[in-house]
Amino acid sequence: MKLIFEKDKSGRTAFSLPKLDVPETKIELEEELLRKKEPSLPQVHELEIVRHYNELERKNHSVDSGFYPLGSCTMKYNPMLNEEMANLFNNIHPYLEEEHIQGALELMYNLQKYLGEITGMDAVTLQPAAGAHGELTGMLIVRKYIEDNGYTNKTKVILPDSAHGTNPASAKMAGFDVVEVKSGPDGRVDLEEFKKVMDDSVAAIMLTNPNTLGLFEKDILEMAKLAHEHNALLYYDGANLNAIMGKVRPGDMGFDIVHLNLHKTFSTPHGMGGPGSGPVGVKEKLKDYLPKPIVDINEEGKYYLNYNIPKSIGRLRTFYGNFSVMVRAYTYILMMGKEGLKFASEMAVLNANYLRKKLEKEFKIAYNEICKHEFIIDGTFLKEYGVKTLDFAKRLLDYGIHPPTIYFPLIVHEAMMIEPTETESKEELDHFIDVMHKILEEAKTNPEILKEAPVNTPVRRLNETVANKQLKLRG
Amino acid sequence: MKRFPYIPHTEEDIKEMMKVIGINDIKELYKDIPELFDGELNIPESKSEIEVKRELLELSKRTTNLENYAMFRGAGIYKHYVPSAVYQLSTKRNFLTAYTPYQAEVSQGTLQALYEFQTAICEITGMEVANSSMYDGGTAVAEAILMASRVNRKHKALVAKSIHPEYIEVSKTYTESQNIEIELIDYDEKTGKINLEDLKSKIDENTSSVVISYPNFFGIIENIKQIKEILPEKVLLIVNAYPIALGLLEAPGNLGADIVVGEGQSLGNYMSFGGPTFGFFASKQKYIRQMPGRIIGETIDADGKRGFVMVLQTREQHIRRARATSNICSNHALMAVIASVYLSIIGREGLKEIAYQNYQKAHYLAKKLIESEKFDPVFEGEFFNEFVIKPRFDLEVFNKKLLEEKYIGPLNLGKFFEDKKNYALFCSTELNTKEEIDYLISKVGEIDEIDF
Ligand SMILES: Cc1ncc(COP(=O)(O)O)c(C=O)c1O
Repeated sequence: MKLIFEKDKSGRTAFSLPKLDVPETKIELEEELLRKKEPSLPQVHELEIVRHYNELERKNHSVDSGFYPLGSCTMKYNPMLNEEMANLFNNIHPYLEEEHIQGALELMYNLQKYLGEITGMDAVTLQPAAGAHGELTGMLIVRKYIEDNGYTNKTKVILPDSAHGTNPASAKMAGFDVVEVKSGPDGRVDLEEFKKVMDDSVAAIMLTNPNTLGLFEKDILEMAKLAHEHNALLYYDGANLNAIMGKVRPGDMGFDIVHLNLHKTFSTPHGMGGPGSGPVGVKEKLKDYLPKPIVDINEEGKYYLNYNIPKSIGRLRTFYGNFSVMVRAYTYILMMGKEGLKFASEMAVLNANYLRKKLEKEFKIAYNEICKHEFIIDGTFLKEYGVKTLDFAKRLLDYGIHPPTIYFPLIVHEAMMIEPTETESKEELDHFIDVMHKILEEAKTNPEILKEAPVNTPVRRLNETVANKQLKLRG
Repeated sequence: MKRFPYIPHTEEDIKEMMKVIGINDIKELYKDIPELFDGELNIPESKSEIEVKRELLELSKRTTNLENYAMFRGAGIYKHYVPSAVYQLSTKRNFLTAYTPYQAEVSQGTLQALYEFQTAICEITGMEVANSSMYDGGTAVAEAILMASRVNRKHKALVAKSIHPEYIEVSKTYTESQNIEIELIDYDEKTGKINLEDLKSKIDENTSSVVISYPNFFGIIENIKQIKEILPEKVLLIVNAYPIALGLLEAPGNLGADIVVGEGQSLGNYMSFGGPTFGFFASKQKYIRQMPGRIIGETIDADGKRGFVMVLQTREQHIRRARATSNICSNHALMAVIASVYLSIIGREGLKEIAYQNYQKAHYLAKKLIESEKFDPVFEGEFFNEFVIKPRFDLEVFNKKLLEEKYIGPLNLGKFFEDKKNYALFCSTELNTKEEIDYLISKVGEIDEIDF
């Protein structure tokens, strides 16, 4: 398919402007600062553009087009209502006077409160633009906190070897040394190993719970106690909150800081890789470190942007965060309510365990026990048929199903991480189970089909080596 | 059992599924969790779509929707015209509800759209390579400073005081923990441009990068070439550009910029109360391995057909972990695609014409305001579509008056600059008509001068 730039034809246009209606001023600017050559943006007519993007759209798999059990990413359905509500707030400038943005501020205030309640935290900032951005925010809070308390020896952040790559990268960006702690044979952080690395040089521990294997860290209370005894803070990566809403709260488990991914748990769309939103919640003792501004309410009941946060780590982005993502999440919380959020978590966990049970006979499940919202197939057994997890995943594409996350977490070889979410029906899950078994049969009888896959997709398997060796990064 | 529109499970389904799992109660799925929270969340009960819609409508009514307002305020977020096709095409559900293109074969829509975005950004900035978006303009500047430091292994960034004040704050937050020092460069009070003498005096062995805005926060057009000529070879010049201005102004890449970043909101994105927007990020090809973020490249499939994939992933957190070029994972892909659709629709001719009209409208407005003799000029430097002037009256009173007429007046620079209280930062775009501008001028006549 052609690039839009290759459809260029001088003399065409998809755009019109009113005739300039003010008297013209001569442009007085150094000659060298005036543009000499126009950028080669395409001249195309509107229908051409419409067809171009229609064709591109058809080449995408999305939650709306089919099952998308991408583990860790929580690809749940994104309600139509969310979009309509977000559009109500498109034409608002961030530097309007406070009396003209009372509605927006009230929404943010309420959302801060609800997210605090759901996570068991005392204060929440909505500023971070994504999960990883929330992690950085949290790690900078840790840094400022230990500085303030004179803990000069605290240089390390501990995280499990099953952690998402953003965790170590964020800790490093905040200036910490990263120490990985090994998972035990049961897929949880090994308490003995944990004790070995836990000392006064530890500033924080980053965990997701349930962890990226979909398993609950059963020793969490013990870990929290140990951490706090060493004056270290416990950080919760909330990417997996969809498993436990209304069931247990990170704040009650002993976590001091959490980030949430509104684009996961709270049904805001992932938008091909963003925008997300990564609010951060903290316990009372860390409240004064949050980025500014935060939304507050005064005695007269007026909402305002509170910049008076003396120990604040500063600002993580311009303006106040991804507001229209917040609107979507807020809409979702109101629709679901307290009982709906809890039910969503229960059904997400039910779906995952149903799939796990149905697949366990023919597939090797890593850590085969009651899981939370996701579980992992260990694809090493496929070797016996001469195929890899990658081949299996590519064959799923031919059946119109987006493959699970593959090769993550790193501690399971040939991993296939399945997260169905609560928005999929039993019928859809049964169909997926059928397809999984069908492909396994193909692997046994005709593995070439898997290695050749996909064949029913807009393009066949793409050559990554060529892409990386002969870099072509623009048209 | 209460039903929810987004959850398909019937009571029958749940029973059957529990049977398969071998449990009698959903609670058994949680038996490994300590019983810490046993109550109900203190949030409202679920509501119907009608009720939720009412509630959100009510909140939106208490928030000034600027759709039908005459807008004379910018300062980082701009009200430009968004052609009808932009939003309708870029927010199609197969774009909206897809994720990062981890499976390239079924993500060619995303990948090609982002590849076209990278191409468009390279074209307007005059750079060789671009990534597929950052969170926003502020974080793009901050990450550019970090990138420059990785390139030349030096640890001081000289940042113009005349870039967006919030970008400076973000940059400080991002760099402090990495032991990168930020030193601010003064602007010339007469021209509003960066003070070259101050810049020269602050460059030393440890200087990694110099950051300027083009045009700057006061709307003044900096001379990139002059600045570049001062810099020692190893020091990287980072230019934060306002992309609409690049229809009129020479591409920073042609004037010596090493990294060009910026806020992309004005390219077809709504103001959205300041977010989500997106940051664009482009540089010379030789620095590509130090670039943060996702990059899309062209390749071929098994049949030799053209296709697109993510490339250079060994820079990224999911492979390199603690040694990655940045922690960015989800970026702002949808906003980038909105910009790409916008740039395709306006084309090279449109960008030029929009930039020209922005320049003309703002200059007409500035001329008329000065002629009214109620304002004093502030900076002599040439400006694009934004400028600073000093009213002889109380700006807040004026802005209140304008608001009653559905006009949004200029930003009071006192918000950011102690020494610029009651200075007005005006902005005008292609959306302002002559009639609006003339009416605004007529309102100036109604305001009494005061002594400060
Ligand atoms: C476990 C985990 N942590 C953190 C993140 C990072 O979130 P984001 O992509 O929004 O930066 C993700 C998502 O990719 C995740 O799955």
